[in-house]
Amino acid sequence: MFFHPAVGDGTGAFGRFGGQYVPEALVAAIDELAVAYDKARGDEDFATELNTLLADYAGRPTPLTEVPRFAESVGARVFLKREDLNHTGSHKLNNALGQALLAKRMGKPRVIAETGAGQHGVATATACALLGIDCTVYMGKLDTERQALNVARMRILGAEVVSVPTGSGTLKDAINEAFRDWVANVDSTHYLFGTAAGPHPFPTIVRDLQRVIGVEAREQIQRRTGQLPDAVLACVGGGSNAIGAFHPFLDDDTRLIGCEAAGDGVETGRHAATFAEGRVGVLHGSRSYFLQDDDGQTIETHSISAGLDYAGVGPEHSYLKDIGRAEYVPVTDAEAMDAMRLLARTEGIIPAIESSHALAGAVKLGACLGDVVLINLSGRGDKDMDTAAKYFELVGE
Amino acid sequence: MSSFSGFSRTEKTLVGYLPAGFPTVDGAVRTLTAMAESGCGALEIGLPYTDPVMDGPAIQTAATKALENGTRTEDVLRTVERVAAATGVPIFVMTYWNPIEQYGIDRFAQRLSDAGGAGCVLPDLPVQHSLPWREVADKHDLAGVFVAAPSSTDKRVAEIARASTGFVYAASTMGVTGMRSEVSGQDLVARIRAATELPVFVGLGVSNGRQAAEVASFADGVIVGSAIVRRMLDAPDVDTGIAEIRTLCAELADGTRRLVGSP
Ligand SMILES: Cc1ncc(COP(=O)(O)O)c(C=O)c1O
Repeated sequence: MFFHPAVGDGTGAFGRFGGQYVPEALVAAIDELAVAYDKARGDEDFATELNTLLADYAGRPTPLTEVPRFAESVGARVFLKREDLNHTGSHKLNNALGQALLAKRMGKPRVIAETGAGQHGVATATACALLGIDCTVYMGKLDTERQALNVARMRILGAEVVSVPTGSGTLKDAINEAFRDWVANVDSTHYLFGTAAGPHPFPTIVRDLQRVIGVEAREQIQRRTGQLPDAVLACVGGGSNAIGAFHPFLDDDTRLIGCEAAGDGVETGRHAATFAEGRVGVLHGSRSYFLQDDDGQTIETHSISAGLDYAGVGPEHSYLKDIGRAEYVPVTDAEAMDAMRLLARTEGIIPAIESSHALAGAVKLGACLGDVVLINLSGRGDKDMDTAAKYFELVGE
Repeated sequence: MSSFSGFSRTEKTLVGYLPAGFPTVDGAVRTLTAMAESGCGALEIGLPYTDPVMDGPAIQTAATKALENGTRTEDVLRTVERVAAATGVPIFVMTYWNPIEQYGIDRFAQRLSDAGGAGCVLPDLPVQHSLPWREVADKHDLAGVFVAAPSSTDKRVAEIARASTGFVYAASTMGVTGMRSEVSGQDLVARIRAATELPVFVGLGVSNGRQAAEVASFADGVIVGSAIVRRMLDAPDVDTGIAEIRTLCAELADGTRRLVGSP
């Protein structure tokens, strides 16, 4: 059993956050999706179909790996939840498979998606290839360059990849373009949103589909250590791997720590640390924290990791931050890259740069985290070797 | 304070759109003034925004230019003030929601009213989230125009009509702003009319006099944006752009007021 939808009120409100701030043309589509998901979440056939795919196709459950040599730099027992070993190399497939099944149920022959690092695009292209759905992925121009390997992966999987040159050429611009496509093609098309943000019901659907991370890890770590972790860490872009890892621990006495991208440093202004400097506003369909100027214009972000290079964050994280249930810490490019190399050299695991932010967060906070620390390793680093090769000067003589 | 007291349902209205700050703040004021002089009975002044999800390439490019020029919300309000003073036609600010919220909803409404604006068109504020706007708009005597789409259910059309003041905006098609070879919207207009006495204006896709005439045969007003913006984008300089836009608006106005099918 891998599909663990949470019990919710179905309104899509997380305290004062969330909502459906979309153009009227999309209201019918998100309402249709909310109804379809409500039906699916209680439907045994849907659960069976999804559980079977997650087991036999994706390879769930993913392992929990203790990393003692890496842990020397933290000062606690450290366990990694290995979403990097999920098929396609990240947690993103959990969501893509679930929503692709939903698209089939809704009778939509076409799926569109946005992608930053390309991992959500690859996961979506994969699910669509598997289920015979037409797939178009929007990706910022800058991201198509720094994640070129994933562009090739999506294309060999049969997806059309559209490079988006507008704005900063990153994730937010890809989302804008996907929304424009959706408005025009909503009858035939499901927008397979990749993170726990956007208008209701996306934050709820994506969270429910990613809860498997935390549900599995919670049981695995208890079996291994006889206790719950003192802290759970995850990187936060839009927030899907983090909410999936955190949610099953909400009622426990466990610290929940999101690591956001501080780029060159929060003080330099070149970062994507939404909680460090953001204000509450409305972007991409929901009320949440965003990086914006005094006029409410979205600020261009910077992060070495394409998957965290986003000015916003999902509404449930904003809620957890406001009520003090989760904490969010900034991690710089340099700290993340150091942690990436550290894990590779101490444990033989090359993490995604996104996930390296969570590793770096644990190194930074260190022994104050407690005795047992769980880190969600959201993805593997193959896609980042070009960036890492340049950063560490790994190629050449 | 605006002198706007509502549109006629017997006379057809051409509404022209241009973002403030495009091609420059002064250039936009001159262009908007020329638009009113050449047949626009009302104007929509766009508040340039970084993430315009309802706009196609022409308006995206213009908004980006305006932002690169340093256009701020204050500049938009001053543009409204100058154009209102120069033209006397009803002026609506067309804006995504977040800039209003960040400026302060009440403060924005107060300033817009002081500037002589008639109200706002709010393309990404669905009616279920519109109460905060409607409360302050009432207080400052501003109109709030919401968009109905072909995909809106009859129940939502009724809610949109009830929430709107000034006019109801009927999106001719499912899609973003931009020029289209065919423009429809007749069904939606009929559904809106069943729900309200307010005038119904149709926007999205109209770019020439023929289309304006077609739309005016079933709607009370015709809204044109991308075709106007495109003239300025393609012009070698502002004066040429303004001259082109004058010609276009005259053609559109002629189409809007011509009764298709009448002898
Ligand atoms: C491996 C990996 N981790 C994390 C993220 C960030 O997304 P989210 O915050 O939704 O988990 C991405 C996004 O591309 C990713 O590829």
